[in-house]
Amino acid sequence: MQSAISLSLSSPSPIARSGVGSTSNACWPMPRSLRFCGLRREAFDSAASFDASSLRLARFNLQPKQSTLSKVSAVLKGNGAPSSSGFDYDLVIIGAGVGGHGAALHAVEKGLKTAIIEGDVVGGTCVNRGCVPSKALLAVSGRMRELQNEHHMNSLGLQVAAAGYNRQGVADHANNLASKIRSNLTNSMKALGVDILTGVGTILGPQKLKYGKGDSGDKTITAKDIIIATGSVPLVPKGIEVDGKTVITSDHALKLESVPDWIAIVGSGYIGLEFSDVYTALGSEVTFIEALDQLMPGFDPEIGKLAQRVLINPRKIDSYTGVFASKITPAKDGKPVQIELIDAKTKEPKDTLEVDAALIATGRAPFTKGLGLENINVQTQRGFVPVDERMRVIDANGKLVPHLYCIGDANGKMMLAHAASAQGISVVEQVTGKDHVLNHLSIPAACFTHPEISMVGLTEPQAREKAQKEGFEVSVTKTSFKANTKALAENEGEGMAKLIYRPDNGEILGVHIFGLHAADLIHEASNAIAMGTRIQDIKFAVHAHPTLSEVLDELFKSAKVKVSTSSAVAEPVPV
Amino acid sequence: MSHSHLLHTSFIPTAPPSLRRRPRWAAPVPRTHQRIQSKIREIFMPALSSTMTEGKIVSWVKSEGDKLSKGESVVVVESDKADMDVESFYDGYLAAIIVDEGLSAAVGSTIALLAETEEEIELARSKTASPSAPASAPAAGNNDAPKVLDEKPSPVAAATPTPKASVGSAAVGALGSAVHPASEGGMRVVASPYAKKLAKDLGVDLKGVVGSGPNGRVVAKDVEAAALAAAKVSGGGGGAAVASPVAKPSGVELGSVVPFTTMQNAVSRNMVESLAVPTFRVGYTITTDALDALYKKIKSKGVTMTALLAKATALALVKHPVVNSSCRDGKSFTYNSHINIAVAVAIDGGLITPVLQDADKIDIYSLSRKWKELVDKARAKQLQPNEYTTGTFTLSNLGMFGVDRFDAILPPGTGAIMAVGASQPTVVGTKDGRIGMKTQMQVNVTADHRVIYGADLAAFLQTLSKIIEDPKDLTL
Repeated sequence: MQSAISLSLSSPSPIARSGVGSTSNACWPMPRSLRFCGLRREAFDSAASFDASSLRLARFNLQPKQSTLSKVSAVLKGNGAPSSSGFDYDLVIIGAGVGGHGAALHAVEKGLKTAIIEGDVVGGTCVNRGCVPSKALLAVSGRMRELQNEHHMNSLGLQVAAAGYNRQGVADHANNLASKIRSNLTNSMKALGVDILTGVGTILGPQKLKYGKGDSGDKTITAKDIIIATGSVPLVPKGIEVDGKTVITSDHALKLESVPDWIAIVGSGYIGLEFSDVYTALGSEVTFIEALDQLMPGFDPEIGKLAQRVLINPRKIDSYTGVFASKITPAKDGKPVQIELIDAKTKEPKDTLEVDAALIATGRAPFTKGLGLENINVQTQRGFVPVDERMRVIDANGKLVPHLYCIGDANGKMMLAHAASAQGISVVEQVTGKDHVLNHLSIPAACFTHPEISMVGLTEPQAREKAQKEGFEVSVTKTSFKANTKALAENEGEGMAKLIYRPDNGEILGVHIFGLHAADLIHEASNAIAMGTRIQDIKFAVHAHPTLSEVLDELFKSAKVKVSTSSAVAEPVPV
Repeated sequence: MSHSHLLHTSFIPTAPPSLRRRPRWAAPVPRTHQRIQSKIREIFMPALSSTMTEGKIVSWVKSEGDKLSKGESVVVVESDKADMDVESFYDGYLAAIIVDEGLSAAVGSTIALLAETEEEIELARSKTASPSAPASAPAAGNNDAPKVLDEKPSPVAAATPTPKASVGSAAVGALGSAVHPASEGGMRVVASPYAKKLAKDLGVDLKGVVGSGPNGRVVAKDVEAAALAAAKVSGGGGGAAVASPVAKPSGVELGSVVPFTTMQNAVSRNMVESLAVPTFRVGYTITTDALDALYKKIKSKGVTMTALLAKATALALVKHPVVNSSCRDGKSFTYNSHINIAVAVAIDGGLITPVLQDADKIDIYSLSRKWKELVDKARAKQLQPNEYTTGTFTLSNLGMFGVDRFDAILPPGTGAIMAVGASQPTVVGTKDGRIGMKTQMQVNVTADHRVIYGADLAAFLQTLSKIIEDPKDLTL
């Protein structure tokens, strides 16, 4: 459900510089990646020699080694022989979701003989039951919403007759998109020669695992390194009976087999929010059930408040907060879906709801069953595989399990598709001899409502807490979409962007955007955090006018930083 | 409502962002209040137009406790003519919202408190609990001044001027009570989210509503039906309030009582106010053959009949400044330095008078363009006050409906209004005893006799008819 399939983390060196002369500040980024269908395939590994001035920050995405020249590894058409003798593979990845896919591609590029074990379908949650099909539904809901908003249409001078939809058509669109992306994913791995092994992968011991249907036909293989990337499944709390028809999870909802008149959504995080956007656009009324005291926990409070004013209050949505759904019974024998609510704190019964359907969007639970973790003395914590900051698996005694890594939803660090992929790439970097620690604070997240919400880094309360502990000052600045020409041209002036930063050194601590195309706008900020770019420098970057990106331009320009630009002005380039 | 206030910044910046400066309404009228000693400022309901006596809060852009910077939008106000963003003149914190969304407040009354520092928020809030008397005298002619200063009225209570006291019970009597397996004898009501929202907006008590949805659930249309039934019941009892049944125009619920919108309220107030002005009327028949010929010729250049009439009127007014004057205090003439022709336009749910400023000086092509722009803005409810309040002479044209003559009510603050009928072929006798066909229209001017006398109007109309009958000056 997370973001789309973008593999957002660009790998190793942020800026490939050819540091030829001491006076030359010019830099030529190497042609580094070929993109097709959202899948990244690196063609070149950059020969990274870092210009010292670009390394002014300690908090770098990776700890680059001053290696003069890493080997130039060609894109291997075949998936070569294992470099370390005695193993069937250099790397085996259990799980072919976005995380495993990202790791596999990077591994092949690094010259590793790689296999990926898929127990279900290639693409995992993101492609089949998450981000990808949900984007198809949201694309429909966005258009429906626009076409139904007569006031909005009139203000643009447009006249539209009553907009309608065909449920099966919408469902097919989501399904077709998933198949298409799935085959893209499969083809990209096949093209690189990644061995796709089918079955359930089980770890038998150090560097040894089997795969298959779990019967005598299972095959045993060995690998120098193993990555667990088994992902997650929708979390269904106790007392809730899912029948897949009237009480459903996101897995079912994405098939859009029905559009109920009234649907209760348990959980108002981004999964719940996105579905509320879809359902209300298609004509359903929605009731949110949220265990915390306010809707949209996890978002920056200010953004949450504004989003609530736009995404919830004017729509056909009501909500119960501070309550658990202790029991949900599917509709049967002519009775509607029954939801028993209890107070989240006192556990006393509060209310009973009868609705046409209930969507359980309370989060996701790691999927680690059958992995054979007991064979290597690893105990899951609330289902998650414990790992250190380098995704190395930790066993029950607190020791690192050699050659075993876990990425993505299964480790629970940051349950986002692109985070899984970034973690996978980070692991491959490590097993190929380059130390790498992923900065999770530079990973953006987005919620694809209309308008969208996106964020990177800390929320304001988190930043203030950190500032108090570490003794620095925090400033906040905001800009409004109302002042943006492009947003007004689209008649979509509702929205804001918020920057949380350190005025003493210009470090960006967090950026939160609510407004038109927020999910696309966030990357300027997330890249800045990943690269360690400071506000005093990025504010000189030029944005095309008129574009939505000027919202961020204004945001950076409105920040008051006490230090001046750190990099020297580049030499004039004749144009 | 979500999009309704998107575009109400009048200014769509085209300069690079760094060069932009957003316009600021003279809006929050940030008179610091003497009674409050600390740096707590009151945010007043601004006067967005000269005729505005109260405004409705469309939405609060900021919430209590939010930090405000100078120039930031705080609240969206619906005046009698348009929705506008009101911006803060000071940095500070929005300490307390006194008038909630959906409620109205008199111009000049306090709608919120602005604290300079976070510490003062609490102090400010305590002030709202014990209302310190109304703010400074509200704008002229307002006798029901600060009705919103007490503790927050519940949004439902005030947002619904519909007769609602008896909604629940009346509906129960008439329609029986909700039947729902889980309603526990009416103790619990099962209503869909939208039904609940609607009930709140329409002031309907859900307990008395029969649900027609699955398992007797109350859905939106049940609430609408209940609200309608209640209006009927109370209307029948009270008598006068019910609108008499008329042929059903589109979109009107027959038998319902619909409260005035802010704009309709303003119209109503102005119309009553006009009764205090001693008016009289003078009519004139003008031959329009030459004007029609001219119109045909330059129509392709975007010239409209409205602009031609406004231009002709303005040129006539140049020669008769007294007809362009007004009586403000009952003791003097106010001779206006500009000739601004206001033209009445019917828009959805009301009436507005966009103004063609300096119509005597601007050429007919620019005037036509200006008119088109004004009409578009009026439809979008985005006219700025100076675009609809500055008229010195008003035109009202019903000719397009085939109306041949009518008389208009004089808008307060101006001296005269001219009602224009349709121009139609007429058989006329000429002085030399012949009979011919001419296209003629009737105009009828209503004027304030305190400043404009019969002979003034007569002379003005004669000039006007000469200009229209020989319209070469219009295109100069």
